[in-house]
Amino acid sequence: MNSRIIIINTIRWFLLLFVQVFLLKNMGFYDLSTPFIYVLFLLLLPFGIPNILLYLLAFGTGLTLDAFYDTMGVHATACVVLAFVRISFISISLNRDAIDDPEPSLSYMGFQWFSLYAFLCVIAHHIVLFFLETFKLTEIGYTLMRCGLSCIFTLLIIFLVEFIFYKRTSR
Amino acid sequence: MRNLWIFVSRYNAFFLFFVFFTIGIYLTVKNNAYQRSVTLNSSNEIVGTAYERLNIFKRYLNLGMVNDSLAAENAKLKTQLLTLTTVDTAKDVKVIDTVTNQEYTYLAAKVVKNSITLRNNIMTINKGSVDGIKNGMAVIAPQRGVVGFIRDVSEHLATIQSLLHKDTKISVTLKKNNALGSLVWGDGNFDIKKAFVKEVPNHIKMYVGDTIITSGYGSFPAGILVGRIVKPNVATNDNFLSGELNLFTDFGTLQYVYVVKYKKAEEQKALESLVKPNE
Repeated sequence: MNSRIIIINTIRWFLLLFVQVFLLKNMGFYDLSTPFIYVLFLLLLPFGIPNILLYLLAFGTGLTLDAFYDTMGVHATACVVLAFVRISFISISLNRDAIDDPEPSLSYMGFQWFSLYAFLCVIAHHIVLFFLETFKLTEIGYTLMRCGLSCIFTLLIIFLVEFIFYKRTSR
Repeated sequence: MRNLWIFVSRYNAFFLFFVFFTIGIYLTVKNNAYQRSVTLNSSNEIVGTAYERLNIFKRYLNLGMVNDSLAAENAKLKTQLLTLTTVDTAKDVKVIDTVTNQEYTYLAAKVVKNSITLRNNIMTINKGSVDGIKNGMAVIAPQRGVVGFIRDVSEHLATIQSLLHKDTKISVTLKKNNALGSLVWGDGNFDIKKAFVKEVPNHIKMYVGDTIITSGYGSFPAGILVGRIVKPNVATNDNFLSGELNLFTDFGTLQYVYVVKYKKAEEQKALESLVKPNE
């Protein structure tokens, strides 16, 4: 069981990063809306994962993305923020003892919870990402617009992926 | 200590977040040229603004010193200006009178010593025999007015026996009717603005404001403005009138003068010396 989760997540990591780096990196609407689908990997990590491991994975994933995007540390920081939001949201919205689902995916948690969860995580990630990229507050309107539009694009793709791999049986 | 450890482990999510977030920001700023430049620039801007404020204050404190240096520079520039406009490089200016066929040349000279307070005043100019100055040449003031005669000449300097000297006598006329007279500073007169025209024939009427010019009979060219009558028709004991006039020349502020070289001076002198007095 445990090794299966590891294998699934490893494959997912490679797949998502591959798609992100070689496909989505070249996409974008007028530099306004850029999807960052790789955050789905962090969203779908199992509930039982220790915080330190989650942070390390987030940081490592971010650094890998940074290597491809040539933005050392920007994605890593954004991923760390996402991890923090993920931990906070899960600890607030779910009773820790009652968690028997393996991972916070759409198939297990339902549309309502997952959409809020994904939205909060993605928006936090994008805000940090774009503000670190711009690194100044003078173009705040433009940066916020990029955040919002990219967030919509990313969420769209995340839901797309989740609906494709939707498992009805488990619920 | 144990409580602290419990506290940290309980909120480990936040502390870990803090650690990783700091590392992330550090990496971002350290490794990206743009973000680093923005960080450096904004900090530079803060430091720069502070320095600017300080500088404004400092500038105020240094005002006195700056004033002094500016004044010194001003003086230096003025001196330079003076050497540039100095008359040392001046060449003779030729004035050709085509009617009487007299030829004069003018040579500008700087007054290096002036005196106006003595009974007999002598001034010194910075041109001498090298520049062709000879004894007896006429000296006039730049705008208008006469100054005097060359008295002694050395190689590079010359002295002028100015009008303010008891022996100086210049042949003048009234401009309106060419009545002759002689200009003297006069005995008992110590006013540098005033002079007397003497030996004007009795039948000539002088009025206040009449212009006196040089006659052209001496070393002076004809028509140099001398002054204006202020007290006409002062009777003397002989058959001549005299008048008091205000000089155009301001001897007190005289800095440059023109030495008038008369080309035929030698010839005229030689010719006139043939006439023996009391012949």
